[in-house]
Amino acid sequence: MSLWKIAWRSIQQRALPSALTAFSIGLGVALVVAVLVIHSVLARSFQRGAGGYDLIIGAKGSPLQLVLNTVFYLEQQIETVPYDLYDRLDTGRHPASAGIKTVIPVCMGHAYRGVPVVATVPEMFTELTYLDEREYRFAAGRNFEYDGAFEAVAGWYAAREAGLRLGSKFSPVASGPAAEGAGHEDLPFEIVGILEPTGTPNDRALFVNMEGFFQCPAHAAGLSSLERSLQEPEKREDAPAPPEDHPEEGATHEHEDAHQHEGEDEQDHEHEADHQHEGDHDHDHDHEHHREVTAMLVVSRMDEAPGVATLLADAINKGNEAQAAKPVEVIAGLFEGIVGDVQTVLLVLAVLVVVVAGIGILVSIYNSMSDRRHEIAIMRALGARRSTVMAVILVESILLALGGGALGVLLGHGLIGVLGPTIAERTMVVVHPWEFQLVELILIPGLIVLATIVGYLPAVAAYKTDVARSLTATG
Amino acid sequence: MLQLTDVKKSFTLPDGAELPVLDIPQWYVGAGEQVVVVGRSGCGKTTLLHVIAGISRPDSGRVRIDDWEITLFTEAESDRFRADRIGYVFQTFNLLPGFTALENVLLAMRFTGKPTDRGRARELLERVGLGHRIKHRPPMLSVGEQQRVAVARALANKPKILLADEPTANIDSGNQQQVLDLLSEACREEKVALVLVTHSPEVARQFERIDRLEEINRVVESTAKP
Repeated sequence: MSLWKIAWRSIQQRALPSALTAFSIGLGVALVVAVLVIHSVLARSFQRGAGGYDLIIGAKGSPLQLVLNTVFYLEQQIETVPYDLYDRLDTGRHPASAGIKTVIPVCMGHAYRGVPVVATVPEMFTELTYLDEREYRFAAGRNFEYDGAFEAVAGWYAAREAGLRLGSKFSPVASGPAAEGAGHEDLPFEIVGILEPTGTPNDRALFVNMEGFFQCPAHAAGLSSLERSLQEPEKREDAPAPPEDHPEEGATHEHEDAHQHEGEDEQDHEHEADHQHEGDHDHDHDHEHHREVTAMLVVSRMDEAPGVATLLADAINKGNEAQAAKPVEVIAGLFEGIVGDVQTVLLVLAVLVVVVAGIGILVSIYNSMSDRRHEIAIMRALGARRSTVMAVILVESILLALGGGALGVLLGHGLIGVLGPTIAERTMVVVHPWEFQLVELILIPGLIVLATIVGYLPAVAAYKTDVARSLTATG
Repeated sequence: MLQLTDVKKSFTLPDGAELPVLDIPQWYVGAGEQVVVVGRSGCGKTTLLHVIAGISRPDSGRVRIDDWEITLFTEAESDRFRADRIGYVFQTFNLLPGFTALENVLLAMRFTGKPTDRGRARELLERVGLGHRIKHRPPMLSVGEQQRVAVARALANKPKILLADEPTANIDSGNQQQVLDLLSEACREEKVALVLVTHSPEVARQFERIDRLEEINRVVESTAKP
């Protein structure tokens, strides 16, 4: 008969107080598990969001704002950068171009039924990857194409949230302070593809062809009204082609341009789409001259030269046109600086709960020592050594802690299972209840150490039990 | 087999005064012999058994069992010796309530450091008439049955000597005889010396050798005199 069995029988004999003690441990452990799992999943999800590219290039200002806006669609990017910068980077006419493998432009500032709308190019889903080099795949339909100016692709959750299916048409509405409520019912985009879930913020966005987007009147929604009022006269003065450059009531020249050329000048669109900017068409060139993008996602040639992303960022940041931010670094800084602290505080509180529950073990066992002394004396009279009865108490303490810990792990993951759908709905972070973290294994030695510490005092009391007195006191 | 020589034991009272309990110049029990020690309550019978079992150390003197002088043992050696060679039946049975009858017997084997012999434990319980109740816990057994489990437990490790402290004091008369017969027969079969202490003349009469504590213990003798 092992010490474990002797200790287990003792626990069984005091079933209710033992169960309550283990339950209190379980509650603490459940909190620890929930904090660990949710933090780990959040951290991974944050990092996932920035997968597939090395740099984000955007207007000068806060790198954090640029990253939050571009990666997570959380902040409203106020400033934009000229399309020309993208063009030069993409076509090798910028000094930093040598370090660039792929550059993807994105325009934001629009939404549909609360779902962010991102205007971009088809390479977004062919050249970029996510989460450890995984390629984007379509659950239904296909990627949008250059010659489909009003084609769009929906993220998995975005399609559900916005009620969009293949073939559905929708008109983005400008969001943000610059162009509140400006819609484009006359320029509907059609869903041609729905992405498979990626576990990234892209799941909750709609992606439209940038060509079609630039034909919308409020494509410059990212600009402040002050900036636009300052820019508009300037544009008028610079504009060589009056029909395209007479903005009306907030509608920009591209809007009219779109009306004018929609379905008529497909050749021009194809040229735009293929980035043919060699000056063959003055109209297009002028058109693009006034275009602006919110940001650019850059894949550097890091596989060829590891330090190139840093050099590229430095080259961009030295200039006055734009800033380059490394999303992984910015997100890591944000996560460690803010979320990390919150997690630490939660973790400390949860560990304190476990420690308090551990003291509950001490109180529970110690309070029962008057009953136990007689049993200990019987064991000693049967030949048990002092160290044996001491070990029985410690083992009992460890069993209570580990039993409570196992209960806590189940409770914690159950809690995650219950909260998971709500977390996924609100944050797009999918947390599975069976998602175990390696760090949870620390709980096992941690609980054993805690149980040994709190069990030590009653174990010493057991060790010191006077056998003769305890036997005669009740005998 | 069991020999006590000049054994003295006293307790310190709360006021600091010493209360002598045992003063035994010589006392001997032979191998396989059955001895009943009779004395009134509080005269030191239990203390005598505790000293023989090594549960209490005498203030002075020697306790010898076979070739071992247990008063020279360390506490750990004394514990192991008690587990291996001494069986103990208590007045209040002292079964562990959380364990089944079988587990109570096995528990005694556990402390010898040798592998537990489940077969012998079952056999002993069958011998005391409880083969059908081995999985019952003490609260589910009658007092007579509990004491029979205690006898089986005391015999578990094939002891050299079995110490029984008022084994029938808490059981009804019907069960008293059954337990006494069981103790006597089992010790005879197992060739175990039996030292049974009691205050009951009826119990004492059933044994051939009856030692009065006042005859072997000077303390009792001295306090008994006016």
